[in-house]
Amino acid sequence: MNPAVDTSPYAWLLALPVLLPILGAAVTVIGSRSPTLQRVVGIVVLLAVSAIAGVLLVVSDGSGPVVASLGGWAAPVGIALVADRLSALLLLVSTLVTLAVLVYAIDQRIADYGRGTASTTFHPMYLMLSAGVSLAYLVGDLFSLFVAFEVMLTASYVLITRRTSAKKIRAGMTYVTVSLLSSLLFLTAIALVYAATGTVNLADLAGRVELLPPGLATVLGLMLLLVFGIKAAMVPLHFWLPDSYPNAPGPVAALFAGLLTKVGFYAMLRTQTLLFPREEPWALLLVIATATMLIGALGALAQNDMNRLLSFLLVSHIGFMLFGLAVFDAAGVSGAALYAAHHITVLATLFLVSGLITRRTGTVLLDEMGGLLRTAPWLAALYAVPALTLAGVPPTAGFVAKLALLQAGAAAGLWPTVVAGVVVVASLLTLYALARVWVRVFWGEPKAALPDDDPDDEVLVGTSRTPTPMFAATAGLVVVSLAIAAFAGPLTSVTGRAGVDLLDREPYIAAVLGAER
Amino acid sequence: MTTINVIMALTVGTLFAAGFYLLLQRSLMRVLLGVVVLGHGTNLLLQIAAGPPGAPPVLGTGIVGAITDPLPQALALTAVVITFALTTFLLALGYRSFVLVGHDEVQDDVEDRRIATQRMPSASLDEDHDHADRDRPSDDDGTDDDEADDDLETAAR
Repeated sequence: MNPAVDTSPYAWLLALPVLLPILGAAVTVIGSRSPTLQRVVGIVVLLAVSAIAGVLLVVSDGSGPVVASLGGWAAPVGIALVADRLSALLLLVSTLVTLAVLVYAIDQRIADYGRGTASTTFHPMYLMLSAGVSLAYLVGDLFSLFVAFEVMLTASYVLITRRTSAKKIRAGMTYVTVSLLSSLLFLTAIALVYAATGTVNLADLAGRVELLPPGLATVLGLMLLLVFGIKAAMVPLHFWLPDSYPNAPGPVAALFAGLLTKVGFYAMLRTQTLLFPREEPWALLLVIATATMLIGALGALAQNDMNRLLSFLLVSHIGFMLFGLAVFDAAGVSGAALYAAHHITVLATLFLVSGLITRRTGTVLLDEMGGLLRTAPWLAALYAVPALTLAGVPPTAGFVAKLALLQAGAAAGLWPTVVAGVVVVASLLTLYALARVWVRVFWGEPKAALPDDDPDDEVLVGTSRTPTPMFAATAGLVVVSLAIAAFAGPLTSVTGRAGVDLLDREPYIAAVLGAER
Repeated sequence: MTTINVIMALTVGTLFAAGFYLLLQRSLMRVLLGVVVLGHGTNLLLQIAAGPPGAPPVLGTGIVGAITDPLPQALALTAVVITFALTTFLLALGYRSFVLVGHDEVQDDVEDRRIATQRMPSASLDEDHDHADRDRPSDDDGTDDDEADDDLETAAR
């Protein structure tokens, strides 16, 4: 067999975002007696991965996708890791969010239980989740994508069900069963793809799917859409999300909201653009995107539980990204990529702020809160910035991303323009839902904090104060989302080039398959 | 393009049908069995994707050109391990649910029940607001387990 030819001098970097967290997880298991070691390892590993992701973004933007062939076997025989602009950008943003949430979680634990207590499961599982997310962004074949999803989801199962009460185990069961079902469907899709084409390498598939009968190719495309649709929570496959996320502990919910659905969307974006190229907007996905945007936003309006409200908004905004993909031109796809990048930070921030609010008030129910503007003005500022960003008020990052989507829609024909109108409506509904939270939580007479109704669980609430490090971690994420707005110009041009590459397909395929073609 | 024989197709189809049927049941144990059966069907499908069975998958042991494609076997091996691990996890979760709740039925969605209770006209209109929480209408939607009622109480508070 032909030995791998890794032309890029940066190829060795590609394995590290996966390898470092796995090794880190091993160290945190071995060193579970020392909480300080666990914390330091977690933070150092994630800092290193962020730095590597930054380098990969610069390199892939400058000189095309970076490819590494694992074990010296060149694609399509071996497993290839690929970092192009899209995956490197999302990897960078995801890792920064993971890092901030880890700092928040550590601070929460120190504030609640003191410096000396260790958690034997949290740190290893957190790092394994990070490894799975990195692998999902970087991997270049369908089966390894499945493995990446499994690594990520298995870690998330443990994080969401550990130390659960009877109340929360039902939510955990829903989450695990639905995720497991979607994984088995994914495996079925892989088996069918392999039976039809004889390969699972994405770049290789790109050429072979075209040779299939159109009906068969459509079925395979729809199966992959279904699978990633469950993972990305697109309507009508979203039902599990508002059920399970609000029941997770604050930092875990923030991490899930920020990362997991976006990884599902990334997989959808990658497979649909690479394997099933289209010439014109995709009517089916336009309809699904419309339903997702509206049902999510309307669902959010009905909620009294702040975390459930945010979960429904998460579903709604998945619709925005689906719309970008449905338009299926370079502008739409790059708008979706930009939206995903900003959405990872903003949703995680909102869940962290919700955690801080709950910590003060002792409840997640909006009816029971009030007057926080007087008692905690800084918390109000922390809520206002990501809320305005999510609603897409200028000049925030959300506005930049939404404008990219609207322009793409308006340029793509009649129906995309109509759906672009729905984007505006859904944004207004989002703003209304978030303003409702603002009125209930921050205005009015201050109410006394409710006592912790479940003192045994991990989260201590109703303390009427906010530890500074937790506040700082959340503020750090707010700064990241502000930075996205400040660097909107360069970022838009990167995602613009990423969108062109995604639809062109040639750079990705050429980088992976190299001279073999 | 690989073709598979009718018997294998029927086997996989039956496993899928049985798996999905079991997944739709209310008992967690049956959901678990559904995952097992469905996982088995999926792994078998992955295996069949290699083509007709019988030939060795190892290079050098058979006639060149008559070996089976080894890749799906490697994929199936990975998938079997993953399915097995997750089945074990689900089993542990079902046991935990049994310990905490006392039975292994999938419970009603708390939020659904809250909304269903709100829709009932007698829920709050002709009741004193102070007692609205305690004097919830006692007619419920068929399930009468205490846990779900406790959940409902928490949700309504």
